[in-house]
Amino acid sequence: MKIFISFILAIVSSMLIDNVVLSRFYGICPFLGVSKKTKSSIGMGAAVIFVIMLATLICWPLYNYVLVPAGIPFLDTVAYILVIACLVQLVGLFIKKYSPTLYKSLGIYLPLITTNCAVLGVAQGNTDQGYTFLEALANGLGTSIGFFLIIVTFSCVRTRLDSANTPKAFKGLPIALITAAIMAIALMGLQGLFSGVIK
Amino acid sequence: MDKIKREKGYTKANFLKGLFVENPLFVSILGTCPALATTKTVEAAFGMGLLFTIVLLCSNVLVSLLRKLIPEEIRTPSYIVIIATFVTMVKMFTNAFLPELYSTLGVFISLIVVNCIVLGRAEAYASKNNVFDSFIDALGMGVGYTLAIILMAIFREFLGTGAFSIGTVFTFIPAAKLQIIPKGYEISLFQTPVGAFIVFALILAVIAFIKNRKAELKFNLDKQEKIRKAQEAKLKAQEAANGGNK
Repeated sequence: MKIFISFILAIVSSMLIDNVVLSRFYGICPFLGVSKKTKSSIGMGAAVIFVIMLATLICWPLYNYVLVPAGIPFLDTVAYILVIACLVQLVGLFIKKYSPTLYKSLGIYLPLITTNCAVLGVAQGNTDQGYTFLEALANGLGTSIGFFLIIVTFSCVRTRLDSANTPKAFKGLPIALITAAIMAIALMGLQGLFSGVIK
Repeated sequence: MDKIKREKGYTKANFLKGLFVENPLFVSILGTCPALATTKTVEAAFGMGLLFTIVLLCSNVLVSLLRKLIPEEIRTPSYIVIIATFVTMVKMFTNAFLPELYSTLGVFISLIVVNCIVLGRAEAYASKNNVFDSFIDALGMGVGYTLAIILMAIFREFLGTGAFSIGTVFTFIPAAKLQIIPKGYEISLFQTPVGAFIVFALILAVIAFIKNRKAELKFNLDKQEKIRKAQEAKLKAQEAANGGNK
Protein backbone atom coordinates (compact mmCIF):
# COMPACT_ATOMS: atom_id res chain seq x y z
CA MET A 1 0.00 0.00 0.00
CA LYS A 2 2.78 2.38 0.94
CA ILE A 3 4.57 1.60 -2.29
CA PHE A 4 1.36 2.18 -4.22
CA ILE A 5 0.81 5.59 -2.63
CA SER A 6 4.36 6.74 -3.28
CA PHE A 7 4.01 5.46 -6.87
CA ILE A 8 0.92 7.61 -7.40
CA LEU A 9 2.51 10.61 -5.70
CA ALA A 10 5.63 10.28 -7.84
CA ILE A 11 3.47 10.24 -10.99
CA VAL A 12 1.49 13.30 -9.94
CA SER A 13 4.53 15.25 -8.87
CA SER A 14 6.45 14.58 -12.08
CA MET A 15 3.26 15.34 -14.03
CA LEU A 16 2.27 18.68 -12.49
CA ILE A 17 4.74 20.09 -10.00
CA ASP A 18 7.92 19.27 -11.85
CA ASN A 19 6.28 19.46 -15.25
CA VAL A 20 8.43 18.20 -18.08
CA VAL A 21 7.94 21.15 -20.41
CA LEU A 22 7.35 24.14 -18.19
CA SER A 23 9.84 23.52 -15.41
CA ARG A 24 12.35 21.00 -16.73
CA PHE A 25 12.39 22.30 -20.33
CA TYR A 26 12.33 18.96 -22.12
CA GLY A 27 10.63 18.81 -25.48
CA ILE A 28 10.26 22.53 -26.12
CA CYS A 29 10.68 22.02 -29.89
CA PRO A 30 7.54 19.87 -30.39
CA PHE A 31 5.81 21.94 -27.71
CA LEU A 32 6.20 25.03 -29.87
CA GLY A 33 6.15 23.30 -33.25
CA VAL A 34 3.22 20.88 -33.08
CA SER A 35 0.84 22.87 -30.90
CA LYS A 36 -0.88 24.95 -33.54
CA LYS A 37 -3.86 22.59 -33.81
CA THR A 38 -5.47 20.68 -30.96
CA LYS A 39 -5.90 17.52 -33.03
CA SER A 40 -2.25 17.23 -33.99
CA SER A 41 -1.12 18.02 -30.46
CA ILE A 42 -3.24 15.15 -29.14
CA GLY A 43 -1.56 12.86 -31.70
CA MET A 44 1.90 14.06 -30.72
CA GLY A 45 1.16 13.72 -27.00
CA ALA A 46 -0.17 10.18 -27.38
CA ALA A 47 2.82 9.13 -29.48
CA VAL A 48 5.18 10.55 -26.86
CA ILE A 49 3.44 8.64 -24.03
CA PHE A 50 3.76 5.46 -26.07
CA VAL A 51 7.44 5.87 -26.94
CA ILE A 52 8.52 7.09 -23.49
CA MET A 53 6.90 4.11 -21.78
CA LEU A 54 8.47 1.64 -24.23
CA ALA A 55 11.84 3.36 -24.00
CA THR A 56 11.76 3.23 -20.18
CA LEU A 57 10.78 -0.44 -20.28
CA ILE A 58 13.76 -1.23 -22.52
CA CYS A 59 16.44 1.23 -21.39
CA TRP A 60 16.31 0.45 -17.67
CA PRO A 61 16.99 -3.31 -18.04
CA LEU A 62 19.47 -2.55 -20.81
CA TYR A 63 21.54 -0.36 -18.50
CA ASN A 64 21.32 -2.51 -15.38
CA TYR A 65 21.58 -5.98 -16.94
CA VAL A 66 23.72 -5.39 -20.03
CA LEU A 67 25.81 -2.23 -19.84
CA VAL A 68 26.80 -2.43 -16.17
CA PRO A 69 27.76 -6.15 -16.15
CA ALA A 70 29.67 -5.63 -19.39
CA GLY A 71 31.62 -2.80 -17.78
CA ILE A 72 30.61 -0.12 -20.27
CA PRO A 73 28.12 2.07 -18.37
CA PHE A 74 29.61 5.18 -20.00
CA LEU A 75 28.06 4.15 -23.32
CA ASP A 76 24.57 4.79 -21.94
CA THR A 77 23.78 7.84 -24.11
CA VAL A 78 24.82 6.08 -27.32
CA ALA A 79 22.83 2.98 -26.40
CA TYR A 80 19.73 4.93 -25.44
CA ILE A 81 19.61 7.04 -28.57
CA LEU A 82 20.03 3.90 -30.70
CA VAL A 83 17.23 2.17 -28.77
CA ILE A 84 14.96 5.18 -29.17
CA ALA A 85 15.69 5.58 -32.89
CA CYS A 86 15.05 1.87 -33.54
CA LEU A 87 11.99 1.89 -31.31
CA VAL A 88 10.44 4.78 -33.18
CA GLN A 89 11.00 2.99 -36.50
CA LEU A 90 9.62 -0.30 -35.14
CA VAL A 91 6.59 1.29 -33.55
CA GLY A 92 5.90 3.04 -36.83
CA LEU A 93 6.06 -0.21 -38.79
CA PHE A 94 3.98 -2.05 -36.21
CA ILE A 95 1.19 0.52 -36.06
CA LYS A 96 1.18 0.78 -39.86
CA LYS A 97 0.55 -2.96 -40.14
CA TYR A 98 -2.01 -3.46 -37.39
CA SER A 99 -3.85 -0.17 -37.11
CA PRO A 100 -3.74 1.98 -40.23
CA THR A 101 -6.18 4.48 -38.74
CA LEU A 102 -3.92 5.05 -35.74
CA TYR A 103 -0.95 5.29 -38.08
CA LYS A 104 -2.71 7.97 -40.06
CA SER A 105 -3.12 10.09 -36.95
CA LEU A 106 0.23 9.28 -35.28
CA GLY A 107 2.44 8.45 -38.25
CA ILE A 108 3.79 11.87 -39.10
CA TYR A 109 4.75 12.59 -35.49
CA LEU A 110 6.71 9.41 -34.96
CA PRO A 111 9.94 10.49 -36.72
CA LEU A 112 9.87 13.76 -34.78
CA ILE A 113 9.99 11.88 -31.48
CA THR A 114 13.55 10.67 -32.08
CA THR A 115 14.77 14.22 -31.56
CA ASN A 116 12.38 14.97 -28.70
CA CYS A 117 14.55 15.62 -25.65
CA ALA A 118 11.83 14.32 -23.33
CA VAL A 119 12.41 10.70 -24.38
CA LEU A 120 16.18 10.73 -24.03
CA GLY A 121 15.86 12.99 -21.00
CA VAL A 122 13.69 10.47 -19.16
CA ALA A 123 15.93 7.53 -20.02
CA GLN A 124 19.08 9.45 -19.05
CA GLY A 125 17.47 10.90 -15.93
CA ASN A 126 16.45 7.45 -14.72
CA THR A 127 20.08 6.38 -14.99
CA ASP A 128 21.60 9.53 -13.50
CA GLN A 129 19.23 9.52 -10.52
CA GLY A 130 19.74 5.78 -9.93
CA TYR A 131 16.01 5.02 -9.89
CA THR A 132 14.64 1.55 -9.23
CA PHE A 133 12.56 -0.04 -11.98
CA LEU A 134 9.28 1.02 -10.38
CA GLU A 135 10.51 4.59 -9.84
CA ALA A 136 11.71 4.72 -13.44
CA LEU A 137 8.28 3.63 -14.65
CA ALA A 138 6.58 6.23 -12.46
CA ASN A 139 8.93 8.90 -13.76
CA GLY A 140 8.25 7.87 -17.38
CA LEU A 141 4.50 7.75 -16.91
CA GLY A 142 4.31 11.04 -15.03
CA THR A 143 6.59 12.83 -17.47
CA SER A 144 4.78 11.63 -20.57
CA ILE A 145 1.32 12.34 -19.20
CA GLY A 146 2.55 15.76 -18.10
CA PHE A 147 3.77 16.39 -21.64
CA PHE A 148 0.41 15.29 -23.08
CA LEU A 149 -1.50 17.50 -20.67
CA ILE A 150 0.58 20.61 -21.32
CA ILE A 151 0.80 20.30 -25.11
CA VAL A 152 -2.99 19.80 -25.42
CA THR A 153 -3.81 22.68 -23.05
CA PHE A 154 -1.31 24.91 -24.81
CA SER A 155 -2.73 24.12 -28.24
CA CYS A 156 -6.23 25.03 -27.02
CA VAL A 157 -4.90 28.40 -25.89
CA ARG A 158 -2.99 28.88 -29.11
CA THR A 159 -6.02 28.40 -31.36
CA ARG A 160 -7.61 31.29 -29.49
CA LEU A 161 -4.46 33.39 -29.81
CA ASP A 162 -4.64 33.25 -33.59
CA SER A 163 -7.77 35.37 -33.62
CA ALA A 164 -6.68 37.63 -30.75
CA ASN A 165 -5.58 41.15 -31.49
CA THR A 166 -1.93 41.04 -30.42
CA PRO A 167 0.72 43.69 -31.21
CA LYS A 168 2.31 43.03 -34.57
CA ALA A 169 5.75 42.22 -33.17
CA PHE A 170 4.29 39.66 -30.76
CA LYS A 171 2.33 37.75 -33.43
CA GLY A 172 3.04 34.03 -33.53
CA LEU A 173 5.82 32.67 -31.36
CA PRO A 174 6.49 35.54 -28.90
CA ILE A 175 2.92 35.69 -27.60
CA ALA A 176 2.82 31.89 -27.44
CA LEU A 177 5.94 31.96 -25.26
CA ILE A 178 4.39 34.59 -22.99
CA THR A 179 1.36 32.30 -22.67
CA ALA A 180 3.67 29.44 -21.75
CA ALA A 181 5.25 31.66 -19.10
CA ILE A 182 1.84 32.37 -17.58
CA MET A 183 1.07 28.64 -17.58
CA ALA A 184 4.39 28.05 -15.84
CA ILE A 185 3.40 30.58 -13.15
CA ALA A 186 0.18 28.62 -12.63
CA LEU A 187 2.13 25.40 -12.16
CA MET A 188 4.57 27.14 -9.81
CA GLY A 189 1.62 27.58 -7.46
CA LEU A 190 1.54 23.82 -6.97
CA GLN A 191 5.09 23.71 -5.64
CA GLY A 192 5.36 22.23 -2.19
CA LEU A 193 2.03 20.43 -2.54
CA PHE A 194 3.46 17.14 -1.35
CA SER A 195 6.43 18.46 0.59
CA GLY A 196 4.95 17.04 3.77
CA VAL A 197 4.23 13.65 2.24
CA ILE A 198 7.28 12.91 0.10
CA LYS A 199 10.60 12.98 1.81
CA MET B 1 39.69 18.98 -54.88
CA ASP B 2 36.68 20.79 -56.18
CA LYS B 3 37.74 23.00 -59.01
CA ILE B 4 34.72 25.28 -58.93
CA LYS B 5 35.92 28.81 -58.45
CA ARG B 6 34.43 30.11 -55.24
CA GLU B 7 33.15 33.58 -54.81
CA LYS B 8 35.46 35.92 -52.98
CA GLY B 9 34.66 36.16 -49.27
CA TYR B 10 32.64 32.95 -49.28
CA THR B 11 34.34 31.67 -46.13
CA LYS B 12 33.63 34.89 -44.29
CA ALA B 13 29.98 34.88 -45.31
CA ASN B 14 29.75 31.20 -44.40
CA PHE B 15 30.98 32.00 -40.91
CA LEU B 16 28.90 35.12 -40.41
CA LYS B 17 25.60 33.58 -41.53
CA GLY B 18 25.49 31.49 -38.36
CA LEU B 19 25.90 34.60 -36.25
CA PHE B 20 23.11 36.74 -37.68
CA VAL B 21 21.14 35.83 -40.77
CA GLU B 22 20.67 32.16 -39.93
CA ASN B 23 21.16 32.32 -36.16
CA PRO B 24 20.11 28.86 -34.99
CA LEU B 25 18.29 30.05 -31.87
CA PHE B 26 16.65 33.35 -32.78
CA VAL B 27 15.96 32.84 -36.47
CA SER B 28 15.56 29.08 -36.97
CA ILE B 29 14.18 28.56 -33.39
CA LEU B 30 16.22 25.37 -32.92
CA GLY B 31 17.87 24.09 -29.78
CA THR B 32 15.40 25.86 -27.51
CA CYS B 33 15.53 23.34 -24.65
CA PRO B 34 19.10 24.04 -23.47
CA ALA B 35 18.64 27.72 -24.31
CA LEU B 36 15.86 27.97 -21.75
CA ALA B 37 17.26 25.52 -19.21
CA THR B 38 20.92 26.50 -18.92
CA THR B 39 20.72 30.30 -19.03
CA LYS B 40 20.36 31.05 -15.33
CA THR B 41 23.88 32.44 -15.21
CA VAL B 42 26.13 33.78 -17.93
CA GLU B 43 28.87 31.37 -16.98
CA ALA B 44 26.66 28.28 -17.29
CA ALA B 45 25.40 29.54 -20.65
CA PHE B 46 28.97 30.05 -21.83
CA GLY B 47 29.84 26.51 -20.71
CA MET B 48 26.85 25.07 -22.53
CA GLY B 49 27.73 27.01 -25.68
CA LEU B 50 31.34 25.84 -25.48
CA LEU B 51 30.43 22.15 -25.15
CA PHE B 52 27.82 22.53 -27.89
CA THR B 53 30.32 24.16 -30.25
CA ILE B 54 32.89 21.43 -29.63
CA VAL B 55 30.36 18.68 -30.41
CA LEU B 56 29.11 20.51 -33.49
CA LEU B 57 32.65 21.06 -34.82
CA CYS B 58 33.68 17.43 -34.32
CA SER B 59 30.50 15.94 -35.75
CA ASN B 60 30.42 18.28 -38.75
CA VAL B 61 34.05 17.50 -39.62
CA LEU B 62 33.61 13.73 -39.25
CA VAL B 63 30.32 13.66 -41.16
CA SER B 64 31.93 15.68 -43.92
CA LEU B 65 34.93 13.30 -44.03
CA LEU B 66 32.65 10.27 -44.24
CA ARG B 67 30.07 11.81 -46.56
CA LYS B 68 31.00 9.58 -49.50
CA LEU B 69 31.17 6.41 -47.40
CA ILE B 70 27.83 6.58 -45.56
CA PRO B 71 25.03 5.05 -47.64
CA GLU B 72 22.02 7.26 -48.23
CA GLU B 73 19.52 4.91 -46.52
CA ILE B 74 21.16 4.74 -43.10
CA ARG B 75 22.26 8.38 -43.10
CA THR B 76 20.34 9.62 -40.06
CA PRO B 77 21.15 6.71 -37.70
CA SER B 78 24.84 6.98 -38.61
CA TYR B 79 24.86 10.72 -37.88
CA ILE B 80 23.11 10.15 -34.56
CA VAL B 81 25.70 7.57 -33.52
CA ILE B 82 28.55 9.90 -34.52
CA ILE B 83 27.00 12.76 -32.55
CA ALA B 84 26.26 10.55 -29.53
CA THR B 85 29.86 9.36 -29.47
CA PHE B 86 31.23 12.89 -29.39
CA VAL B 87 28.69 13.90 -26.75
CA THR B 88 29.80 10.98 -24.56
CA MET B 89 33.43 12.03 -24.97
CA VAL B 90 32.65 15.64 -24.12
CA LYS B 91 30.57 14.50 -21.15
CA MET B 92 33.39 12.39 -19.74
CA PHE B 93 35.95 15.19 -20.23
CA THR B 94 33.66 17.67 -18.48
CA ASN B 95 33.05 15.27 -15.63
CA ALA B 96 36.79 14.81 -15.19
CA PHE B 97 38.08 18.37 -15.59
CA LEU B 98 35.14 20.69 -14.86
CA PRO B 99 32.97 18.83 -12.34
CA GLU B 100 31.10 22.00 -11.35
CA LEU B 101 30.07 22.64 -14.94
CA TYR B 102 29.04 18.99 -15.22
CA SER B 103 26.76 19.19 -12.20
CA THR B 104 25.34 22.57 -13.24
CA LEU B 105 24.35 21.47 -16.73
CA GLY B 106 23.36 17.97 -15.60
CA VAL B 107 21.39 15.96 -18.09
CA PHE B 108 21.54 18.73 -20.69
CA ILE B 109 25.05 17.67 -21.69
CA SER B 110 23.63 14.30 -22.77
CA LEU B 111 20.76 16.07 -24.45
CA ILE B 112 23.11 17.76 -26.93
CA VAL B 113 22.58 14.48 -28.85
CA VAL B 114 18.99 15.38 -29.59
CA ASN B 115 19.70 19.07 -30.20
CA CYS B 116 18.17 19.62 -33.62
CA ILE B 117 20.95 22.01 -34.67
CA VAL B 118 23.69 19.37 -34.63
CA LEU B 119 21.72 16.82 -36.64
CA GLY B 120 20.35 19.60 -38.83
CA ARG B 121 23.82 20.91 -39.78
CA ALA B 122 25.04 17.34 -40.43
CA GLU B 123 22.09 16.67 -42.73
CA ALA B 124 21.83 20.03 -44.41
CA TYR B 125 25.44 21.11 -44.72
CA ALA B 126 28.20 18.68 -43.75
CA SER B 127 26.82 15.81 -45.85
CA LYS B 128 27.12 17.92 -48.99
CA ASN B 129 30.18 20.09 -48.48
CA ASN B 130 33.92 19.65 -48.03
CA VAL B 131 35.68 19.47 -44.69
CA PHE B 132 36.91 23.05 -44.52
CA ASP B 133 33.52 24.57 -45.36
CA SER B 134 31.81 22.27 -42.86
CA PHE B 135 34.30 23.32 -40.20
CA ILE B 136 33.65 27.01 -40.83
CA ASP B 137 29.89 26.41 -40.93
CA ALA B 138 30.00 24.59 -37.58
CA LEU B 139 32.16 27.34 -36.10
CA GLY B 140 29.72 30.02 -37.21
CA MET B 141 26.67 28.14 -35.96
CA GLY B 142 28.35 27.26 -32.67
CA VAL B 143 29.50 30.81 -31.98
CA GLY B 144 26.10 32.16 -33.05
CA TYR B 145 24.30 29.81 -30.68
CA THR B 146 26.70 30.59 -27.84
CA LEU B 147 26.26 34.34 -28.27
CA ALA B 148 22.48 33.90 -28.40
CA ILE B 149 22.25 31.96 -25.15
CA ILE B 150 24.73 34.32 -23.48
CA LEU B 151 22.45 37.21 -24.45
CA MET B 152 19.54 35.44 -22.77
CA ALA B 153 21.63 34.65 -19.71
CA ILE B 154 22.75 38.28 -19.36
CA PHE B 155 19.14 39.43 -18.98
CA ARG B 156 18.18 36.55 -16.70
CA GLU B 157 21.18 36.83 -14.39
CA PHE B 158 21.10 40.62 -14.22
CA LEU B 159 17.37 40.90 -13.51
CA GLY B 160 17.10 37.73 -11.44
CA THR B 161 20.04 38.15 -9.07
CA GLY B 162 21.03 41.77 -9.66
CA ALA B 163 24.64 40.73 -10.05
CA PHE B 164 27.14 39.15 -12.40
CA SER B 165 29.36 36.51 -10.88
CA ILE B 166 32.26 34.48 -12.25
CA GLY B 167 34.19 31.57 -10.85
CA THR B 168 31.21 29.49 -9.73
CA VAL B 169 31.20 27.12 -12.70
CA PHE B 170 34.73 27.48 -14.07
CA THR B 171 36.44 27.09 -10.72
CA PHE B 172 39.94 27.75 -12.04
CA ILE B 173 38.99 31.43 -12.32
CA PRO B 174 39.02 33.25 -8.96
CA ALA B 175 35.45 33.80 -7.83
CA ALA B 176 34.19 37.37 -8.12
CA LYS B 177 30.81 39.02 -7.92
CA LEU B 178 29.65 42.40 -9.16
CA GLN B 179 26.43 43.46 -7.45
CA ILE B 180 24.64 46.09 -9.55
CA ILE B 181 21.08 46.06 -8.24
CA PRO B 182 21.13 46.22 -4.42
CA LYS B 183 20.10 43.04 -2.64
CA GLY B 184 16.37 42.75 -2.01
CA TYR B 185 15.46 44.67 -5.18
CA GLU B 186 16.15 41.92 -7.70
CA ILE B 187 13.28 40.18 -9.54
CA SER B 188 13.89 36.55 -8.69
CA LEU B 189 11.14 35.51 -11.12
CA PHE B 190 13.75 35.76 -13.89
CA GLN B 191 15.75 32.93 -12.32
CA THR B 192 12.72 30.62 -12.54
CA PRO B 193 11.48 28.86 -15.72
CA VAL B 194 8.90 31.64 -16.10
CA GLY B 195 11.64 34.20 -16.61
CA ALA B 196 13.25 32.05 -19.28
CA PHE B 197 10.07 32.00 -21.34
CA ILE B 198 9.51 35.74 -20.90
CA VAL B 199 13.07 36.71 -21.86
CA PHE B 200 12.99 34.45 -24.93
CA ALA B 201 9.60 35.87 -25.96
CA LEU B 202 10.76 39.47 -25.57
CA ILE B 203 13.96 38.91 -27.56
CA LEU B 204 11.97 37.28 -30.38
CA ALA B 205 9.48 40.16 -30.27
CA VAL B 206 12.26 42.74 -30.55
CA ILE B 207 13.72 40.87 -33.53
CA ALA B 208 10.28 40.70 -35.15
CA PHE B 209 9.80 44.41 -34.47
CA ILE B 210 13.09 45.31 -36.17
CA LYS B 211 12.27 43.05 -39.11
CA ASN B 212 8.81 44.58 -39.48
CA ARG B 213 10.27 48.07 -39.32
CA LYS B 214 12.82 47.24 -42.00
CA ALA B 215 10.17 45.69 -44.22
CA GLU B 216 7.96 48.75 -43.74
CA LEU B 217 10.79 51.13 -44.59
CA LYS B 218 11.63 49.13 -47.69
CA PHE B 219 7.97 49.06 -48.67
CA ASN B 220 7.70 52.84 -48.27
CA LEU B 221 10.90 53.42 -50.24
CA ASP B 222 9.62 51.18 -53.02
CA LYS B 223 6.35 53.05 -53.00
CA GLN B 224 8.07 56.45 -53.24
CA GLU B 225 10.27 55.14 -56.02
CA LYS B 226 7.20 53.94 -57.91
CA ILE B 227 5.44 57.30 -57.47
CA ARG B 228 8.56 59.14 -58.65
CA LYS B 229 8.86 56.94 -61.71
CA ALA B 230 5.19 57.35 -62.51
CA GLN B 231 5.54 61.15 -62.27
CA GLU B 232 8.60 61.10 -64.50
CA ALA B 233 6.79 59.02 -67.05
CA LYS B 234 3.86 61.43 -66.86
CA LEU B 235 6.16 64.42 -67.38
CA LYS B 236 7.80 62.76 -70.33
CA ALA B 237 4.46 61.93 -71.84
CA GLN B 238 3.36 65.55 -71.36
CA GLU B 239 6.57 66.83 -72.93
CA ALA B 240 6.09 64.49 -75.82
CA ALA B 241 2.53 65.68 -76.19
CA ASN B 242 3.64 69.34 -76.00
CA GLY B 243 6.35 68.68 -78.56
CA GLY B 244 3.75 67.13 -80.81
CA ASN B 245 1.56 70.21 -80.47
CA LYS B 246 4.36 72.52 -81.52
